[in-house]
Amino acid sequence: MTTNIRYKSRTMKSEDSEDKQYVGFATLPNQVHRKSVKKGFDFTLMVAGESGLGKSTIVNSLFLTDLYKDRKLLNAEERINQTVEITKHTVDIEEKGVKLKLTIVDTPGFGDAVNNNECWKPITDYIDQQFEQYFRDESGLNRKNILDNRVHCCLYFIPPFGHGLRPVDVEFMKALHEKVNIIPLISKADCLTPSEVKKLKGRVRDEIEHFGIKVYQFPECDSDEEEEFKQMDKELKECTPFAVIGSNTVVEARGQRVRGRLYPWGIVEVENQSHCDFVKLRNMLIRSHMHDLKDVTCDVHYENYRANCIQEMTSKLAQDNRTDSPLPILPLPTPDVETEKLIKMKDEELKRMQEMLEKMQQQMHEKDQ
Amino acid sequence: MEEEMEVMEERVVEIEHPLPCLSESDTQGIIKGRDLFGYVGIEAVLDQMRRKTMKAGFEFNIMVVGQSGLGKSTLVNTLFKSKVSRKSCTPNYEEKISKTVHLQSVSHIIEEKGVKMKLTVIDTPGFGDQINNENCWEPIVKYVNEQYEKYLKEELNVNRKRRIPDTRVHCCVYFLPATGHWLRPIDVEFMRRLGKIVSIVPVIAKADTLTLEERLEFKQRIRQDLQANGIRVYPQKEYDEDAEDRILNDKIRENIPFAVVGTDKEHQVNGNKVLGRKTKWGIIEVENVAHCEFALLRDLLIRSHLQDLKDVTHDIHYETYRVKRLNESNANGLALSPLTLENGTLEKSDAESHL
Repeated sequence: MTTNIRYKSRTMKSEDSEDKQYVGFATLPNQVHRKSVKKGFDFTLMVAGESGLGKSTIVNSLFLTDLYKDRKLLNAEERINQTVEITKHTVDIEEKGVKLKLTIVDTPGFGDAVNNNECWKPITDYIDQQFEQYFRDESGLNRKNILDNRVHCCLYFIPPFGHGLRPVDVEFMKALHEKVNIIPLISKADCLTPSEVKKLKGRVRDEIEHFGIKVYQFPECDSDEEEEFKQMDKELKECTPFAVIGSNTVVEARGQRVRGRLYPWGIVEVENQSHCDFVKLRNMLIRSHMHDLKDVTCDVHYENYRANCIQEMTSKLAQDNRTDSPLPILPLPTPDVETEKLIKMKDEELKRMQEMLEKMQQQMHEKDQ
Repeated sequence: MEEEMEVMEERVVEIEHPLPCLSESDTQGIIKGRDLFGYVGIEAVLDQMRRKTMKAGFEFNIMVVGQSGLGKSTLVNTLFKSKVSRKSCTPNYEEKISKTVHLQSVSHIIEEKGVKMKLTVIDTPGFGDQINNENCWEPIVKYVNEQYEKYLKEELNVNRKRRIPDTRVHCCVYFLPATGHWLRPIDVEFMRRLGKIVSIVPVIAKADTLTLEERLEFKQRIRQDLQANGIRVYPQKEYDEDAEDRILNDKIRENIPFAVVGTDKEHQVNGNKVLGRKTKWGIIEVENVAHCEFALLRDLLIRSHLQDLKDVTHDIHYETYRVKRLNESNANGLALSPLTLENGTLEKSDAESHL
């Protein structure tokens, strides 16, 4: 009876009718937000392209840092014997309380030699290695502190000097388009007039389609987004590949200090939308699509890798005629002949011991009976 | 013997009747016209030469080498202010990267103020465009040597033509992409091999992507690289004939490689029509020395050193080739041995051989 009274007293108050339907999980995004701000984000960006296309300048301009301060450029003799390397720079950036752990993976030596056959192999191997590492960690026992080193995005720099994609560009993108999100960029766009930029973009787009290269596609807008957002999204899509200009220096233009390049014939402003697409790239990469890039890496590329890996392992297991294990266990890395022998010996020992155990159990069972 | 006697007599004659100015020259060693007794007309020989060469015309063969898209054809068109590149000459021209390096040469006769020039532009599409560019310079080396061989055969002929047709490459313009860093391995390999057989003029292509400081640094690094690799580009220091030449050429050498921008479009700047590239941040004037060094390159190639390029090719590179070939044939007996390619395989010379 007391409950009824309590119930009745509640319906008396008019504002309570709203509270009745309000459960409160609309605050979930805020909770997620607070938790992720505390945890911080991480993002791994790879830059690839020939030397001298302005990769390090663009990275510095994008993140307003100076990652390549003490870099020494190799001269031609040192370069003749250079192979493609993979270098990593990690920097922690904080803005308005949000922490970002940014890792830049650089590929010096790519495309620089006279013979560039398979120069993308070290890069594909690196990406596969990161996937494998994550796969192992994910299947492991302690999953609390998995380090995610997977490459979330690869910026590929196309030189503006040519008439479109060169053979090395096509081969590189074809080798990587199913492992990582590729965003092609036209670098050093300050040597092109507006009509040349348009022509080159059109050619690159046509050639990408012609060769079936799957570059990163922007996700479709939801139908309930604002018109302005939809318009911006459409403009963004029509602008690919972005023609970018980077700068490490600040110049004075139109009374303001801006990042730019000073020429005798004029000043190029990096952040001026009519000069180049740098602002669009930055907005896309950092402000709107960073999370989507990570999602696509996790959901599409990593899952493809994982599925392939498991398929290979199960087919191998079926070939070896061993019992199927319920959890996919990764084979040990490059087992040499001796360890394989040891493993086989140990396996046989185990089997023998198991059989003995069974026999003993049976005997005990019979004894009991 | 008789000749010697005559000479001695002439000398004796001179001493007996010394003309006031022929025996002593002024402080500079130059005898001026007005000092002569009367007008002899020696200087008219210059006019005769000029008239003859104008009738005969000049030949100039220029080769452009570089990756696809560096503006080689545009630059050649801009240099000679006419549509002389292969692009302007083939109808339905399509930009496609070819799988092998093959050389295409296009000849034109251009005329200015009564002077005719037969200009041949040799283009090298496909150079450095593939993934594996090993030995992409070999077709070019072969072509240059073939032209020397042709000339040599004509020269050694019993019945020689009055004017041997000169298809030798007088100048090779090598286009470096404006990376701003160093010479790439393919650049070093190419220039090392070809610097020995032809005059190379390296240029930085599409230089409107470098600021002035970057341009200076890049040029310095390239010069260091060239020196470190023993590559000699035109104008070579060893062939300076006198101090005047040396001063002139030193100035040029300080500026190598030239940073050029090429275009065939005209725009209005301050009421004048100039050749330039119009971008959103300004107009790059091609002939303005403050903007790019196209004018310097044009002066070098055409206005001041064109004849010198031909002379260097004839007197130095061709002679080196000739000596090498004749030494080879001496080792093989008296006949001119068949042409050997760089990798040692023998190739039968074509039917032109008259030996």
